[in-house]
Amino acid sequence: MGLLSKKDTKLITDPLADNNPITIQVLGICSALAITAELKASLVMGIAVLFVLGVGNVVISLMRNIIPSKIRIIVQLIVVAALVIIVDQVLKAFAYELSKTLAVFVGLIITNCIIMGRFEAFALGNGPWKSFLDGIGNALGYAVILLIVGFFRELLGSGTLFGIPVLGDPIEKTGVYAIGYENNGFMLMPPMALIVVGLIIWVQRSRNKALIED
Amino acid sequence: MGLKENLHKFKEKNKDKKWIPAFNAIHTFLYLPNETTHGGTHIKAADDLKRTMNTVIMALVPCLIFGMFNAGYQHYLALGEIESANGFLGASFWTLDNLIVGLWQVLPLVVVSYGVGLAVEFVFAIIKGHEVEEGYLVTGMLVPLIVPVDIPLWMLAVAVIFGVVIGKEVFGGTGMNILNPALTIRAFLFFAYPTWMSGDKVWVHGAVERDQMIADGANLDAISGETILGSYAQNNAVAYDYWDMFWGLIPGSVGETSKFLIIIGALFLIFTKVGSWRIILSTLVGALVMGLIFNGVVDSGWISESSKFYGLMSVPFWQHLIIGSILFGAVYMATDPVTASQTNKGKWIYGFLIGFISIMIRVFNPAYPEGVFLAILLMNVFAPTIDHYVVQGNVKKRMKRLKVKTA
Repeated sequence: MGLLSKKDTKLITDPLADNNPITIQVLGICSALAITAELKASLVMGIAVLFVLGVGNVVISLMRNIIPSKIRIIVQLIVVAALVIIVDQVLKAFAYELSKTLAVFVGLIITNCIIMGRFEAFALGNGPWKSFLDGIGNALGYAVILLIVGFFRELLGSGTLFGIPVLGDPIEKTGVYAIGYENNGFMLMPPMALIVVGLIIWVQRSRNKALIED
Repeated sequence: MGLKENLHKFKEKNKDKKWIPAFNAIHTFLYLPNETTHGGTHIKAADDLKRTMNTVIMALVPCLIFGMFNAGYQHYLALGEIESANGFLGASFWTLDNLIVGLWQVLPLVVVSYGVGLAVEFVFAIIKGHEVEEGYLVTGMLVPLIVPVDIPLWMLAVAVIFGVVIGKEVFGGTGMNILNPALTIRAFLFFAYPTWMSGDKVWVHGAVERDQMIADGANLDAISGETILGSYAQNNAVAYDYWDMFWGLIPGSVGETSKFLIIIGALFLIFTKVGSWRIILSTLVGALVMGLIFNGVVDSGWISESSKFYGLMSVPFWQHLIIGSILFGAVYMATDPVTASQTNKGKWIYGFLIGFISIMIRVFNPAYPEGVFLAILLMNVFAPTIDHYVVQGNVKKRMKRLKVKTA
């Protein structure tokens, strides 16, 4: 047996595919639409949520027996808010430009349904190790979708990946721009992110018919 | 045995093959099969879908032919090679030279629109195992008419794929779509490639190319093809008189310039009962009302002449009907039976709001000099809601009547 038991592995792999927080549970859509115009922002957002959810789940799980159930939402909010402030401050200190791009959406991680959802549904009823794995799994599931959406939006919208031009220079008309290709401005707008997420959901459900609801 | 029987026999023999919907579609289009599509939510009368579609296409053909001549006419006029035509039957308009430019520019748009759109429909029909529906026939005809003449063909192809898949097939195909597919295609082009969909260069064939040549150092005059709305939005003088606008001898999207031919098409659609006169009329009324309100604002002196809205606000209200594409939108787009309201009262509300909002967007948003397509798409979304309240209102009224009777 390796580091993780079969059950533990499932905690991580399930949210990546068949129980993905974005495409199956349809949570956390708001930030997925807002910040995925660039791959870099998607990646940082994914890491931020990974940190908040991984640590947050452990903290809540450790406190799960002493939190009075009447005020548990407030306690959860305090935990997630504290973690988000840490993320926000780190970003401001080490990646100021990026923190400006992400703007309010770092702060809005507090209200990201995925985080509160995992606290409520998992961390309050499971041990710290399992909660940690669950948090990591769900955050990765979120990050994967963000990166897929970000990949298509940045590639088709700006012709770059992580800010590096891959399709040539649109002003100097090199690469594919030389034969008349043009960037798709619609890709940079949030509606297109919704459509890309929708297409991912479509592909996923047509590959696995069990996911289709009535 | 004749060809007809042979084709039917062939169809019967291959009924179970995967590709048979593709054969059926071509068969239906070119010949008269024994069966036609009767399903679809918008088929209310004893018609079949094919007749409805063919009627609309017939109403569009004059616009298309005019659009071809106009493409050439605007091109040569901008180059200064011909005189202004001065009226619908002007000598310099219906010339072979103009037609050749038009054929060269417009026919590829038609071919790409139909080719790509039908290919998508065929693929979906085969995957989903249903028959190809005639729904794309009208969309494919509308699309070339509502885009600028110089739009690159690959952009059109991408937009058609997007429009047919996202605008129609994801909802379940013809008759199930919420948004008008042709306008979805236009909206996609508008937001994805704004430099090819607006401005003063795209409406006349050759203007963009000429710009590029000048940028490369050629000693030529730039061609300007500002639309009337564009001129108004920038408070510039308009170079066309009302008759030019009415006959359609102005720059614009391929098929929407001739108000005269659109009115003929409208009468044809109303006469054959394919288009709803309620929607057409109420759209125009809505536009006039909004125009009147803006005129009132200008007359009362509530807006200064330096305001950027002054130019469009002071346009006499009736002129709003002959500039821009409100008439084309009202006749061919708003009346789409799938996406419009179904109830009679609903049609009045739906149409009125389309006209009202179109003019509002036209005046208030200089980034979208023409708001008709946005207004129609917006009202497409609300059409089921309008119907719901109309039906509920009717139910309530009848319940009340019932109570009075029984009491």
